[in-house]
Amino acid sequence: MSDFIKGSGDGCGKEGGCGCSSGSAVNSHTDHRETDMPQTRRGFMKAATALAMITIAPGITLFATGGPAKARPLDEAASPKIRWGMLIDASKCDDGCTKCVSACSKENGWKDNGRPDTDAQWIRAVTLKNRKTGATATLPLMCQHCEEPPCVDVCPTGASFKRADGIVLVNKHTCIGCRYCMMACPYGARSFIHEPLEDQKDHAPRGKGTVESCTLCVHRIDEGRLPACVETCNAEAGGALMFGDLNDPNSEISKRIATYASIELRSGLQLNTGVRYQNI
Amino acid sequence: MTSMRIFKFILSIWIMVIGVSLPGQLSAAESSLLPTIAKGKGDKCVLPTEYMRRNHMDLLDHQRDETVLDGVRTKQFSLKGCVSCHAVKGTDGKAVTVKDPKHFCASCHNYAAVHIDCFDCHASRPGEKDQFGGLKSKPAGHDVAALKSYLHSGSQTGVLTGQQTSLRGRNK
Repeated sequence: MSDFIKGSGDGCGKEGGCGCSSGSAVNSHTDHRETDMPQTRRGFMKAATALAMITIAPGITLFATGGPAKARPLDEAASPKIRWGMLIDASKCDDGCTKCVSACSKENGWKDNGRPDTDAQWIRAVTLKNRKTGATATLPLMCQHCEEPPCVDVCPTGASFKRADGIVLVNKHTCIGCRYCMMACPYGARSFIHEPLEDQKDHAPRGKGTVESCTLCVHRIDEGRLPACVETCNAEAGGALMFGDLNDPNSEISKRIATYASIELRSGLQLNTGVRYQNI
Repeated sequence: MTSMRIFKFILSIWIMVIGVSLPGQLSAAESSLLPTIAKGKGDKCVLPTEYMRRNHMDLLDHQRDETVLDGVRTKQFSLKGCVSCHAVKGTDGKAVTVKDPKHFCASCHNYAAVHIDCFDCHASRPGEKDQFGGLKSKPAGHDVAALKSYLHSGSQTGVLTGQQTSLRGRNK
């Protein structure tokens, strides 16, 4: 846990706030800047970190959960020093498990209307098969949050953009629904909203005529929480998803990537994706 | 003469009746034409009401870019804040959506005949947990529960089986 606290970069202070620009008058979150964190809480965090560390193989430790943990102050912009990324261990994805998918759906309010060609799919469970050997791997596939995103290159209005901390998003205020980005995405990660919607989640605005995709749960990250899929997979499934700062060499995700082989999907495109896979 | 007096008397009575009832009728008509603006929570708005009436759209426009593009999530001028603070309860006790003419934004915008697009995408009433002052987010530290359950579940190695699906294909 605290490893990701370090991983979230410097300048962090308040943990708090709500999703998308909430104005809720009630804010239960406490200020716990590393320097002025009460000793008891600091001790608790250390203990939690120790607890969180489990041995999965000789010499390999995995931090069970983590995430930004320290939210940025509400008035601070996303930092370019950070690059949020995800590491997915396909060997821990059980065949048929769709907990990450349902967690995302519940968190962000998109749902299956029984029209697979047009329904929103921010994340989906995909099974890959090696044609030569027949070996298969099940894994979640979503926006890969490329460093060089083709969707951003083709967008005529600049609505498809990459935030300073590496999260690729659609600014729905300027999206004209042309769907060039959907064509450009090598992962088929984006979908278009065809029908008028009602009762969207207040932290995940989405509406007819715009393109959307995985936001890496940007509203959660900004308040110091893990993306919904990661949190759910850690709590209820195999713990296949790890989230953290790829720019911080001391973050657990960086250490794992540096130590064990991982790949980008369609690496030949040299997009330097923020989402990486292991054991495919 | 007598009939004329009676006529005048009736006329004066009638004029009195009209005179008494007309102002009432006018005010009733007036109140149904003017927007009925629900009072928000708290003592005052984030800025003086007069200023907000004229400039709320600019404040929201500025804030939306800061939030979406940079991730700045200050609360003073957030749309979510407006929606939360100015929520209007419907007959079922829940907050009404923008489709209801009593909705804070709808009441004025319907009157002014100015269409708003905000709620094509944004929620026009507070999230379930946020309705009328509830907490939206789980308190900090809830991750510990997730962590505990993860620790108890232990690590697993998935069995790699399944059907072939192309990477580009949409797997339901």
